[in-house]
Amino acid sequence: MSIRVRINGVEKELDVDPEMPLLWALRDVLGLTGTKYGCGQALCGACTVHLDGQTVRACVTPIRRADGHSVTTIEGLSPDGNHPLQRAWVDLGVPQCGFCQAGQLMCAAALLEKKPKPTDAEIDHSLAGNLCRCGTYTRIRAAVKKAAGMSGE
Amino acid sequence: MSNRHTLIARRTFLAGMNLAVGGLAVGFFSSDSLADEPTGKRSGPRPPTSSQAEESSAPGLNPNVFVHVAPDGLVTIVCHRSEMGQGIRSSLPVLIADELGAEMARVKIVQADGDPAYGDQNTDGSNSVRGIYEDMRRVGATARTMLVAAAAKRWKVSPDTCEASGHVVLHRPSQRELGFGELALEAGKLAVPKPADVKLRPKNELRNVGKPLPLLDGPAYVNGSAVFGADIRLPGMLTAVIARPSIVGARVVKYDASRALAVPGVKRVIELPAPKAPYAFQTWGGIAVLAENTWAAMKGRAALEIIWDEGENATYDSEQYRKTLSASVASPGTVLRSVGDAEAALSKAARVLEAEYHVPHLSHAPMEPPVAVARVEGGTCEIWAPTQHPQAARGTAAQVLGLPPEKVTVHVTFLGGGFGRKSKADFISEVVLLAKEAGVPVRVQWTREDDIRNDYYHSVSAQRLTAGLDENGKVVAWRHRTAFPPIGSTFGPVNRPSLGDLQQGVLDLGIGVPNIRAEACEANAHVRIGWLRSVYNIFHAFSVNSFIDEIAHARGEDPRDVLLEVLGPPRVMKTVRELGIEKLSNYGQPLEKHPVNVARLRGVIERVTELSRWSDRKKEGRALGLAAHRSFLSYVAVVASVVRNPDGKIAVDEAWIVVDAGTVINPDRVKAQMEGSIIFGTSIALYSGITMKGGAVEQSNFRDYRLARIGEAPRKIHVEIVPSEEAPGGIGEPGVPPVAPAIANAVFALTGTRVRELPISKALKT
Repeated sequence: MSIRVRINGVEKELDVDPEMPLLWALRDVLGLTGTKYGCGQALCGACTVHLDGQTVRACVTPIRRADGHSVTTIEGLSPDGNHPLQRAWVDLGVPQCGFCQAGQLMCAAALLEKKPKPTDAEIDHSLAGNLCRCGTYTRIRAAVKKAAGMSGE
Repeated sequence: MSNRHTLIARRTFLAGMNLAVGGLAVGFFSSDSLADEPTGKRSGPRPPTSSQAEESSAPGLNPNVFVHVAPDGLVTIVCHRSEMGQGIRSSLPVLIADELGAEMARVKIVQADGDPAYGDQNTDGSNSVRGIYEDMRRVGATARTMLVAAAAKRWKVSPDTCEASGHVVLHRPSQRELGFGELALEAGKLAVPKPADVKLRPKNELRNVGKPLPLLDGPAYVNGSAVFGADIRLPGMLTAVIARPSIVGARVVKYDASRALAVPGVKRVIELPAPKAPYAFQTWGGIAVLAENTWAAMKGRAALEIIWDEGENATYDSEQYRKTLSASVASPGTVLRSVGDAEAALSKAARVLEAEYHVPHLSHAPMEPPVAVARVEGGTCEIWAPTQHPQAARGTAAQVLGLPPEKVTVHVTFLGGGFGRKSKADFISEVVLLAKEAGVPVRVQWTREDDIRNDYYHSVSAQRLTAGLDENGKVVAWRHRTAFPPIGSTFGPVNRPSLGDLQQGVLDLGIGVPNIRAEACEANAHVRIGWLRSVYNIFHAFSVNSFIDEIAHARGEDPRDVLLEVLGPPRVMKTVRELGIEKLSNYGQPLEKHPVNVARLRGVIERVTELSRWSDRKKEGRALGLAAHRSFLSYVAVVASVVRNPDGKIAVDEAWIVVDAGTVINPDRVKAQMEGSIIFGTSIALYSGITMKGGAVEQSNFRDYRLARIGEAPRKIHVEIVPSEEAPGGIGEPGVPPVAPAIANAVFALTGTRVRELPISKALKT
């Protein structure tokens, strides 16, 4: 079945199993490997992307759900890696192994779209589905606030 | 640690090295699918497109395998240890650059392939900086000496009147200078000086060491361009997903390949050889489904309908095994430490306290499950893998394929977490066998369920501690019995911890008790046992620190005071005799150089209790707990603040951690490791546990193998690094051991419930 989907602003036509999770379509068919596999069951958030601006876990989202829609991945979050969150992430040295960070960033970006000045509780709630085994949570919270222009954190 | 680099011939630089940082050379994407993607613009550590051959003949100065100075001034430094989140690429090369006098902005860092030319590459045991600090300095100093010699020769002055800094060699008396690039070709023609003729800089000349340095790979990590093992794609590659036995030693009786092959995209179904004990790094056996994409391979695997012969481990049951371990520590084991006469002192003690502690199996659960890519053709093998131990990967692949190691190339990608899991080469065995059999490049992708159910587990354990107190409450006798199936059982018929195993927090425990006895008790393994971040220190630190806290409460005294009292006066123990043991591997370092330094352990305890306002520890609604531990030659103390949330759940809301690791290179990465250790330790304390039933793991994914989430991790983590000129200790692991006991002690202070078994979620809502 042919699926038409706009990925990071570029129209794509894919001939794949419509039940194939968006994650594997991105990684295996389109070669966009920035979106990570961590659990396959929407438990870790490493695969988070935006579908029409909303966060979805790509590992449990069949590609057919993206048919005719727009998907943004970490590669398309900003043209030059200059999204305020990406800058804050680097400035504060958030990543350790880095594997979960694409998912963390995509969630945080969606949060800031809705809540430009999020509280701690809102950050925690929004990122509750994103695991980091290295334990970068305190820096993630600080970087979200820095990107939001919130001082004193 | 070896000084091998001094023996390595010149001109070998880059010859055995993969310039594909992170393992991916441009051009691996077979289709033109990326051509119109915004990802075409990738930043971060992208490899140059030039071939290795081209680079290996690059002109310039390359006195050893680690450093190259090009005529254009570009300094290339090889990072030979794996990057798994500890920030090694932002640390080790800095030492070389500082000794050289290079500007970091003009330094390119590339990742080494697996090759003994680099000496030991095993990224394990918190050993990179502490093990080769001097060696790496010497690497840079050698190149500097040669650049200075070349400049001095040109100016006809004595080298002693020249200095190298800021990427130039400077002759101060005449105010002349020459750039490193201008000198590279001439310096490259000079003889490499003997180690004795190479002087290290005074420490104050190391410009970047000890300062917070930017995270080298930060940009690549946040724009999706960092290449992990899972991200390697080769032309014509098939992805394999393997149905492994759920019980160690189980064998395939029959399966239905036709159903898997009927799934569109599935190309091959291959049975893997069943492993024989000891399992080491053999494959797990089972059936592999190879397909054009991961999804098809997963669907194909689900269709296999395998019937298994369960084998002898099908009776392994964690509830039953807990009783077995309890029985084991209830009677005497092999005595491995003896000071005074603990048995006599116990029989005469005014009061005897005893407690038993249990810690379950744990799974590493790195965010990137095991994965590797291999191509086997024409008598050669090329591997791309997130491996902590590239030389073990190479050796294992060579053995499995029957090839000489020189025919096997291992490219090291970024690791999406390691924690010890990715030191094991089992997934390398799998991928090379499948690539050979399939005749095309193969990627083995483990699912999370595979990872949780087929790990080299952290050992399940029981500890029985007994203390004899005199009439004043002072501890006069200490007996520690420990039972756990040791890592050695994965590699041979071993059913009792060894002297080497007990060095982690039992034999090297610096307590000032006059009568000490430590015993190793029997424990048989029924799963593969492996090392997990900080290893046996986890349960030894948990039991020792919990027990001292129990003694304090039994005496009605401040746990901090009692901890310091049990440790005894500040002193330095430099001999095995003082410790009452035969020998101590001491993390590979001589006791003379890295003694058991009770003064340093006391120092971190005193500092952490000051920072956390320990005297204020019983505030309304929260309580503090304290623990401290020496491991990997570093000293760490932790105070955890525990609260009960409105939903009734126990949580850690704040933590303080003080580390004395001697000399540190990159304090920001040290700080990050301590923050991570607090959270890793929080998961161990509150949430994680692997249990067995019918020989199989009961957990399967993050739903039931719980890890701390952002709202469950401490809201604030305060890290302090003790300023020190001592030889460097480890960083990646020593933060972990004191965390769980600090939390358990705080839980007791808050709730009155003494938790002697982890995770705490077994006893209390977490």
